[in-house]
This record gives sequence, structure tokens and C-alpha cells, in this order.
Amino acid sequence: MKKFYLKRSTLGIPYILFLSLFVIAPLIIICYYAFTNGAGQFTLQNLTAFFTSGDAIGTLIYSLLVAVVTTIVCLLIAYPVAFILAKGGYKRGNVLLMLFIMPMWINFTLRITALKEILTLLEGNLAFHPFLNTILGMTYDFLPFMILPLYNTLVKIDSSYTEAASDLGAKTSHVFFKVILPLSIPGIVSGVTMVFLPAMTNYVVLDMMYNSTYIMGSLIGSYFNAYDWNNGSLISLILLILMLIISWITGEFTDSDETTGGAYE
Amino acid sequence: MMKKTIQNLCLGVILLFLYAPILVLAVYSFTDSTMIGSIRHFSLENYKVLFTTPELREMITGTLILALVVSALSSVLGTLGAIGAFYSKRSRKRAIHLMNQIPVVNADVVTGFSVCILMIVFLQLPKDTYLPLVIGLTSLCTPFVYLSVIPKLKQMDPQTYEAALDLGCTSQRALRKVIIPQILPGIVSGFMMSVTLTLDDYFISTYTKPAVFDTISTYVVNATKGAQTQIKTALWALSTLIFICVVLAVTYINLSAKSEDAR
Repeated sequence: MKKFYLKRSTLGIPYILFLSLFVIAPLIIICYYAFTNGAGQFTLQNLTAFFTSGDAIGTLIYSLLVAVVTTIVCLLIAYPVAFILAKGGYKRGNVLLMLFIMPMWINFTLRITALKEILTLLEGNLAFHPFLNTILGMTYDFLPFMILPLYNTLVKIDSSYTEAASDLGAKTSHVFFKVILPLSIPGIVSGVTMVFLPAMTNYVVLDMMYNSTYIMGSLIGSYFNAYDWNNGSLISLILLILMLIISWITGEFTDSDETTGGAYE
Repeated sequence: MMKKTIQNLCLGVILLFLYAPILVLAVYSFTDSTMIGSIRHFSLENYKVLFTTPELREMITGTLILALVVSALSSVLGTLGAIGAFYSKRSRKRAIHLMNQIPVVNADVVTGFSVCILMIVFLQLPKDTYLPLVIGLTSLCTPFVYLSVIPKLKQMDPQTYEAALDLGCTSQRALRKVIIPQILPGIVSGFMMSVTLTLDDYFISTYTKPAVFDTISTYVVNATKGAQTQIKTALWALSTLIFICVVLAVTYINLSAKSEDAR
């Protein structure tokens, strides 16, 4: 009788099939729909319509603006927090860290509801400051995702580097800008990738904050509600290309072990 | 001393920003108030509504069942995928790794919409099946299981598996008895991550779910649009309960980690 020998690499086949069918195939279908019209004929209409429409370009710019501002605000808040947690000499820094990332595990729609109630109390009417409230909402939602990778990178920086720099006469500011900041760039990069694209597309935060301006995600939502699969696909395709550009810049698809900055450990 | 004070102050302010809304809502969930800021009396009405309204109960149990099904599926698929990829030739390993990264970095809106286009528009699956929803969420969660299992495989001593085979163990048995136990922590954390991802998801669910079914996220978003006050305040109670569950889970994890350190 032939002995059945299971090679370990064959175990990967179900997942390869799954990825091909439900990750790769949908993206190919998206490309197909983006360049056809409702009758299934090839057309560049969707594409030209997007890039010649002032509204659509405005939406693209507005979502880039929201994403850039959210990312900067998150970074400016998260960096000091992560730095203090990692290097502030707390005995149980990792327990404190838990406090900062715990909100990540509470449903974001419920958290935004809570924030909305507070802001309504403070501002009276949310509609007066739509942009400010959007940024607050996005920051509230994404801050833990920025703190975690930054902490993971900062905590790994060997303190002998900073000690050596000070021993050799570097001022505190120099130690930070010449030693710590460059070494923490991987954390910054993965934090930014965790925040930037979601901030461009998470239109639920805008809707809940009564911000009636569209971002890229809202376009997909409204085309979905209108059963306009072709234009919806085109927007998805644009976001997909943007995602690939960001990933290419940040090296997200390289083979290294550090691709997620330890954010999912 | 001064430095420490500034540090604590800085952390405190951010913690206040993160927790004040949740805590204020939690306090008001125990009153009969319908607006934050008004002073009212203690009441458990919100909790009663939360547990007795059939619509709310179905939505909560439905979301929990969905999360468990998706996480179980993702854990199996992701673990097998990680083992398969880890022991494959370099080129195939790289291909799996690249494909695996796509749902991780892609916007959820795009992931959800593309699965919807494939399954509901292109393949025209009936609108009342849960298949697109489960597939969509599984394609979001599995990569995270994969990513948490791979490091465990790297840490493992490769010779234990070879030794088991040399001692006459079949490959299936060696897999079950040698590899799986060693990577179990990775599988568990991947499973937990899948649960939280599914519970948190709005975009994939909204594009792929059957019309009659609501997850917590889609329900909350709809509820904020059609402002039914009783439902609105019952959701404060839900938010409080979820917060308490998360606090308990985190405390438990910390305590068990502590006792592990002590051993």
C-alpha cells in the first residue's frame, strides 16, 4: 500500500484558491466594470467624466485634505504619547499602552455616536463646524492605530544609542532629531498607512458628524445606492491605484517581516 | 520630577479625549434622559429596551454569530495558508504574501464594493444569502490570521517536525501534534483579531449583507439617521455593555500575562 504523504506546502492551496477567487478576481471584475457602460460595452466615458467633472475632482481634493490633516493631527498627538509610554520610565508601560489602544476594540460607530453627543453638548449644533468635527471624529477613531505601531518601534530603540549620543556631546534636541526620529521612521510609516487611506474613505464619520461634503468613500456609497456599478467601480479603481502608490512608497509589499510594524501582533 | 508631571499630564489629557465621550454616555445610559447634559433620574429603562426589543436582540445575536463563524473560517484558512506558504518555495511564498497584503492595506470600502460587484452583480447570487457577507468578511480577516501565525512558524524549531517524522509519526499526525500546538498562540490572537474586525466592520457588511440583516455597525448608522429616541438611548446601553466587556477582557489578559511572568 502506498503511504499517503502530506506535503506541508499543499496545505496552502485552499488559501491560494480563496485569495485568487475572492481577492484577485473581484479586483479584475472592478477593472472590467470601470471601463464598460451599463450595456457591457467598452468605454472610457466613466474615466473622462470623472476627471473632467469639477465636483468629482473637488471630492478627490477634499478627501485628500481630510486625510492629510487627520494623519498629521494623529501623528502630532500619537508621537508624544508613544514616546512617553516607551521611554518615560514607566514600570508598566505596556499596561498603560493597553489603555490607549483599548478603544480600538469598541465598535467605531458606537464610539463616534458617543463623541457626537459630547460635541453636540459643547457646540450646540454640529453643522456649524463640519470640517473641525470631521477631523475630531477621524482622529478619535484612528488615534489608537497610530499610537500602536509608533510605540512598537520606539520601545525597540536601544537606549544605549541615545546615551552614546549624549555622551558624545549631542544636545537633547539633537539626540531626538538625529537619533530617535530617524530610527522611528518605520513606525511613522506604518502608522501613516493605517490612517491615511481609511481617512480618505471612511464616510460614516462624515455622515454622523453631519458633514454633507463628499469624500471618495461617499461616492462609492452613493453609486452603490443608485445601482451604478460602473462608476462605483471606477472610483474603487482610483482608490485601488492610490493604495498601490502608497504601498509602493512605503514598501508595504516588500518581503520584510516588519511590514505591519508589529501592529497586528 | 517636573518632567514626570508634564508626562502624566500629557497622557492624562489624551486619555480624557479618548474616554470622556464613552464614560459620559455610560453614565447617561443609566438615566431616563434622552439628551446628554440634562439632569434626570436613575433608570434601567435603556437596558430593558435593549434586551426586550426583538429587533435589537436579533441584531446583537446575529452580529455575534456572524463574528464567530467568520473568525472560525478565517482561522482555519489563515493557519493552513500560513503553514503552506511558510514551507513553500520562495516564489510561491512571495506570491501568497503579496496577495495576502492586499486586503490589509486596501480601503474597506473598496474590498466590500469589489466583493459585492463579483458576487451580487457579476455572479448574481440571490440577494438573501449570507454567502457574500461571510466571504467578504473572511477575506478581510484571514490575512490578519496569516500575519499572526507566520511569526510563530519562524520562531519554531524546524527540527521538531523532522524528529517526529523520523520517529515514525505520519505527516498529518506530526502536523496536529507538533506544529499546531507550537503556533497556537498565533492562531488564537488571529482569531481574536478576526472577532474584533468583524464586530467593527461597517463597509464590507453594508455592501454585501442581505437587506433583512443588520450588524451592530449598520444598525447604529441607520439608527442615527432615523432618530427614534428610544432606540437611540438603548444604543447608549449597548455601547456601555461593550465597553465593560472590553475592559473585562483586557484586565483578564493582563492578569493572565502577569501570572505567566511570575511562573
